[in-house]
Amino acid sequence: MKWLSGFGRFWYDFIVGDSAALAVGGVAALFLGWLTLEMGGSALAQVLLPLVVVVTLAVSLLRR
Amino acid sequence: MSGTLLLLTSFLASAVEAVEALTIVLAVGITRGWRTSLTGVVLALVALAVVVAALGPALVLYVPLDALRVLVGALLLIFGLQWLRKAIMRASGLKAHRDEESAFQSDVARLSGEPGKRKAIDRTGFVLSFKGVFLEGLEVAFIVITFGASSGQLGLSATGALIAVGLVALVGVAVHRPLSRVPENVIKFAVGLMLTAFGTFWGGEGLGIEWAAGDAAIPLLVLFYGVVAALMVAVIKARGANHKTLERKA
Repeated sequence: MKWLSGFGRFWYDFIVGDSAALAVGGVAALFLGWLTLEMGGSALAQVLLPLVVVVTLAVSLLRR
Repeated sequence: MSGTLLLLTSFLASAVEAVEALTIVLAVGITRGWRTSLTGVVLALVALAVVVAALGPALVLYVPLDALRVLVGALLLIFGLQWLRKAIMRASGLKAHRDEESAFQSDVARLSGEPGKRKAIDRTGFVLSFKGVFLEGLEVAFIVITFGASSGQLGLSATGALIAVGLVALVGVAVHRPLSRVPENVIKFAVGLMLTAFGTFWGGEGLGIEWAAGDAAIPLLVLFYGVVAALMVAVIKARGANHKTLERKA
């Protein structure tokens, strides 16, 4: 069990690192892109995706 | 165009991580003996090879391309944003620049002070050398595999990494000093931009976005993120200067 939690913690640290906001924002950017596409806004998704990425970066810097 | 960028990103990311691993390997070699240090390196490379051999073909063969691109896009976005965040913080003075010479001196001082020096294989030195190479290498392995799998150019991606690691190892053997002249912070900034751009591009493609500019969207995204990151650095620096002025007035 201890080994399992250590294994999980290693991957959490490796992927999420020291800013959970970046991990959440990265996934949220893709989710919003998908949602926009589903609503028929392909052009909007191309603009929205990079914008959400930038907002994610700004938020993680503000929360440092 | 995307092939060149892919090769360049793989090369630069691998070079930066290899420089950091070299610093640890040198510090262990000098303080705990080269046998210990190199045993750690070899076993870490074997462990990395196992991870790559298990993960690479499984991703390419069994995961549908669109799902793979969404997964890879998300991972690259997260990795890229982490690199970019640190680079912005370093460039704007919020975080100290990484200095291989001082990292090397601090590792040497720490290892010299610990008991168990100069055994045939020293446990502390071995663990440090193994962890250094494995952890720095794992990120490179992830980038190489995900780049290769998403673009269908695993050979190109691996070539960039192998050239970088070979080059750093050769220079390390020749100079026997940490490579403090490599502009590590600038390279990390560039790699952060490229990983974030590739993550956005492939993540978007996996979702079904047909980028209006085609493959040219990648350099455009690099440019866009570069301008935004430079603006963020300028704003943070200006805010820092304002705070100092206000503190002096108070």
